[in-house]
Amino acid sequence: MKQLISFIQKEFRHILRDRTTVMILLLMPIIQIILFGFALTTEVKNTEVAVLVPTNDEVTDRIVDKINASAYFDVVKNIHGTNEIETVFRDGKAKLVVVFENHFAQNLQHTGKAHIQLIADATDPNAANSFVFYAGNIIAAYQQELGNQGKEGLLIQPEVKMLYNPQMKGAYNFVPGVLGMIMILICAMMTSIAIVREKEMGTMEILLVSPMKPIYIVLSKIAPYFVLSCINFATIILLSVFVLNVPVAGSFASLIVVSLIYIFVSLALGLLISTLTSSQLAAMMISGMALMIPVMLLSGMIFPVENMPTWLQWISNFVPARWYISAAKSIMIKGLGITSVLKELSVLSVMGITLLLISLKKFKIRLE
Amino acid sequence: MIKYLLKKEFKQIIRNPFLPRMILVFPFVVLLVFPWAANYEIRNMNASIVDNDHSSYSRRLTQTIVSSEYFKLADFSSTYNEALKSIEQNKADVIIQIPANFEKDIINRNGTKIMISPNAVNGMKGGIAVAYLSQIVSKFNSNILVERFPQSAVMSNSFIQTDSLFQFNKELNYQVFMVPALMVMILTLLCGFLPAVSIVFEKEIGTMEQINVSPVPKIVFILAKLIPFWLIGFIVITIGFGVAWGVYGLVPNGHFYTIYIFAFIFILGISGLGLVISNYAQTMQQAVFIVFFFMMIFIMMSGLYTPIDSMPNWGQWIAAFDPLKYFMSVMRSVYLKGSDTIHLLKDLCILCMFAVFFNAWAIISYRKSQ
Repeated sequence: MKQLISFIQKEFRHILRDRTTVMILLLMPIIQIILFGFALTTEVKNTEVAVLVPTNDEVTDRIVDKINASAYFDVVKNIHGTNEIETVFRDGKAKLVVVFENHFAQNLQHTGKAHIQLIADATDPNAANSFVFYAGNIIAAYQQELGNQGKEGLLIQPEVKMLYNPQMKGAYNFVPGVLGMIMILICAMMTSIAIVREKEMGTMEILLVSPMKPIYIVLSKIAPYFVLSCINFATIILLSVFVLNVPVAGSFASLIVVSLIYIFVSLALGLLISTLTSSQLAAMMISGMALMIPVMLLSGMIFPVENMPTWLQWISNFVPARWYISAAKSIMIKGLGITSVLKELSVLSVMGITLLLISLKKFKIRLE
Repeated sequence: MIKYLLKKEFKQIIRNPFLPRMILVFPFVVLLVFPWAANYEIRNMNASIVDNDHSSYSRRLTQTIVSSEYFKLADFSSTYNEALKSIEQNKADVIIQIPANFEKDIINRNGTKIMISPNAVNGMKGGIAVAYLSQIVSKFNSNILVERFPQSAVMSNSFIQTDSLFQFNKELNYQVFMVPALMVMILTLLCGFLPAVSIVFEKEIGTMEQINVSPVPKIVFILAKLIPFWLIGFIVITIGFGVAWGVYGLVPNGHFYTIYIFAFIFILGISGLGLVISNYAQTMQQAVFIVFFFMMIFIMMSGLYTPIDSMPNWGQWIAAFDPLKYFMSVMRSVYLKGSDTIHLLKDLCILCMFAVFFNAWAIISYRKSQ
């Protein structure tokens, strides 16, 4: 036991003596969470719109005004011919073009029908869908205004209550995601590079010939990064609650429990990577690149897991971040307790123990 | 002199057991698997319905909602609290409550309400659920009006018909959107991480000393480091083109050479940044973390996943300093809109400025003596 403690002390000294790295590791999450928490949202805002109005009249003016007044759109250009539409898109001047037919108000009055065409730049299909949808809604609302016979027309009124996130803030969706991503990447990268570093530098041999059991060597290596990760976690939660106003609606203790297990899984993952590689470069490439992309894309951080095809959802089940993010969302945003995240907890625990066992088995006590 | 340095660099890369395989395999794997993940489309939302009326109208409304392509029936709950449990367990995305006396109030023209409670953790999903439901309810409303009170229905007969056209991507194919973006991401990762590590690696193993005491000029040294990554970048992009064409049938509407030109300059810029970081870091660990930090920010703020227009002003300002933002938009423009270099001059200039700035900084910050 005394041996273990002295080794842990050694590891701590190692890290603390490299001031630059410690600073980076502590500051990085802070900057990232503030940046992403405030800046990232999937909502559509201030999209540039161009309008093609062959004949200006009251109705078209009103509709264009309504579109401009909405927070979703900004009418930036009036074009005068369909040949200009292509140019406007190519030059990136607008993402939506609203085309009114000729003699709009006249047609509406005389024949009872008039036509508007919404042309969206579908290079980003998600956004294009939203544009058409919101613009369509604005036009439909205007139409209701036109044909409203007062209360008689509206028999059924929808009443809306947004659960958990009444202001529909983007941060509520992103913060648990970013939390999960930062933690797994830092833990896995840190641990794997640190251990492989010793291998590369040759000091691993000294550890191996000592009477220390491999598991103690491994534990002492993980210890300082565990502490660092806990500090990071605390910092991120504090920032989320006080700066980003993302609440921890549920039990804080549950959040801590889930996060500790997740940190453990991430560290075990880093450990596994370090046993598989013998150069820092390889360790860094695997944990940096091969880990970052699956975590970003498959963990539910950005793209909802339920929208993915089944085979991809199956793959995403192997990404620890996916379980953590789902649990964090349940606890932080939905306000649930530990009983609701038992599934995620057990999956993460199983992952952690498996990874640890495999790493210990693969930990070579002889040099090649 | 540069010939020999280049030879050395190439040999080092090829002899590395890990690197060549990663460079070839990584783009393949990423482009084969991940374009399928990118889908914000909201269909088949699970609805938990609390029907307090059990009348023919309430059943009809339920039927209309459930048979639309936007909603699926998750379950029928007898109370709101029961339905809430479905939401907590992620079995339902939205609760729809039909009040008692629903049918009576409609028949007596008293006006009645429908309570819609979506899970708004994902704000956009919640908003869209409400919007779709409102549409369905409104149509239901007009249908009933026409059936029961034909006179008043006749009054509102002005009808604005909206048509939508999705330019450049008629079927709203999400792969078309993701593949160019992923190519940019792969390129950034490979051409950002590798150069960042290269100089620090030499510092750590000690071979940097040899170079420093040689008469090699700084510019030559930095160039010799850059050129291999250019080539790697080209190989990666070409692999990307191949996979895009072979697997997704995606061919750029614009010209290949436009992309190559922009890629050329972009790789120069990103590698330059990597080299700058390499010059300042003392250990590989530091270099890796700093690069990772920048890469994360560049990727997230580039408009790849979330629109830049939706960011607050200061966020857009930061995004303006992100080289990925420009290259990403160029990639998409050329692939999907068929834009030419002439249309994208502004982006070209900005990317050139980045390249010049980072590489100049790399050359200046490289010190031969401490």
